[in-house]
Amino acid sequence: MIDVKNLTKSFGDHQVLKGIDEHIYPGEKVVVIGPSGGGKSTFLRCLNLLETPTGGTVTFHGVDITDPKSDINKHRQKMGMVFQHFNLFPHMTILKNLTLAPVQVLKKPQKEAEEKALTLLERVGLADRADSYPSQLSGGQKQRVAIVRALCMEPEVMLFDEPTSALDPEMVGEVLDVMKDLAREGMTMVVVTHEMGFAREVGDRVLFMAEGKILEEGPPSELFDHPQHPRLQDFLSKVI
Amino acid sequence: MNVDALYESLSALNKADLSLWQNMFMRFYRAWFEADRWKSYFEGLGTTLEVTVLALAFGVVLGVLVAIVRTAHDQQRPGTKNFLLGFVNLICKVYVTIIRGTPMMVQLLIWGFVIFATSRSFTLVGALGLGINSGAYVAEIIRGGLMSLDPGQAEAGRSLGLNYIQTMRFVVIPQAFKAILPSLGNEFIVLLKDTSLISVIAGKEVVYAARAIGARTYDYMFPLIITAIMYLIMVMLFSYLQSILERRLRASDRR
Repeated sequence: MIDVKNLTKSFGDHQVLKGIDEHIYPGEKVVVIGPSGGGKSTFLRCLNLLETPTGGTVTFHGVDITDPKSDINKHRQKMGMVFQHFNLFPHMTILKNLTLAPVQVLKKPQKEAEEKALTLLERVGLADRADSYPSQLSGGQKQRVAIVRALCMEPEVMLFDEPTSALDPEMVGEVLDVMKDLAREGMTMVVVTHEMGFAREVGDRVLFMAEGKILEEGPPSELFDHPQHPRLQDFLSKVI
Repeated sequence: MNVDALYESLSALNKADLSLWQNMFMRFYRAWFEADRWKSYFEGLGTTLEVTVLALAFGVVLGVLVAIVRTAHDQQRPGTKNFLLGFVNLICKVYVTIIRGTPMMVQLLIWGFVIFATSRSFTLVGALGLGINSGAYVAEIIRGGLMSLDPGQAEAGRSLGLNYIQTMRFVVIPQAFKAILPSLGNEFIVLLKDTSLISVIAGKEVVYAARAIGARTYDYMFPLIITAIMYLIMVMLFSYLQSILERRLRASDRR
């Protein structure tokens, strides 16, 4: 579904990604773990070109989206993204947050977009907050809304950039539950996270990234129980 | 009693016999009622408002253009260079530096007595000078508003498939507008009051009218106080309108 070839990214003289080759298959749940500054978020943001790669290609459904001639807005509609800091639009109600893109981009009638948004809100238990503003919600509620906002575009793949890192510990669970539901329904997911429990439970495949490279990858049981790379062994000994 | 009749009866008296208040009344009468002078204040006020509106329109258009160029240039992805944009950005930077680095009065004198020395449409030249001056400040205000917004907002918009223009229109500009409204209102008030400076290049606005009346009656006190009150009322009225608008835009801040 997404094919990444020899992806590199530099900010000035600092090389953050040093050649990544990866393939994301339909329906797969890929969890990316690793130390801060190892390039996890940059890798994820390169997948929908929020960061422009310095070198290499990202292919989505057989189309090279790093080609300047390809219409990136078209591809982004199919790739939902959830941010660490939610990035809800504070000047709009929840319902307006959810319907903006479907109405403007997919040209859905407002009514139809609202029905879809309310159905999805219902599923995350927030139907009664449709007319609230983001500032009136808790962190966990905001992140659930942010997930719904991405889902309203009916994406084929969901990218999560540390979705629980900015939350109070007691709110982490409610967001992870929504993500687990999504996984069970068969959504293709790429998740950057520090939640090792989630990685183990939901991940089909775990990538360990450090120093701009994927140092080790495999099914969670293997990666967590029999880490090979010394850098991974060191990392796991500190976080678990 | 009719003011004209009162003035007539007081004029007949010996000047030394008048009380303080009677004396004040005489001076006010000459500054306002005599020879229908009040009309020239309102004519001047009309010019003041005309110049303000023209300069504001000019300043906002210029300010938005400069702000867009400056922001687009500064927010380019590192490594990409667009030479045309770089050149236009340089012009914008020079413009802002010159305008902010020289006094308003000097700029107006240059417009009126050097560049358009032969022009007789003083009002228009004044409006142009003020608009060009205001544009530099408006540009910096707007640029500050656009740059201060969390880049995550634009990223969220783009990640949903909105294009650059849609993201600006629905996500960035509404939020930036709310953030810059107080500064923009302030700039408008400054502009309104700075129109008084066009009297130095013979723009016939309200201060010009007041000085003419003062020169005619040998008494500047009331003409200048009347002028001050007129500005004060206009600014208070505008501040009130601005506060209503700000309250409306704050709807989403409720907690």
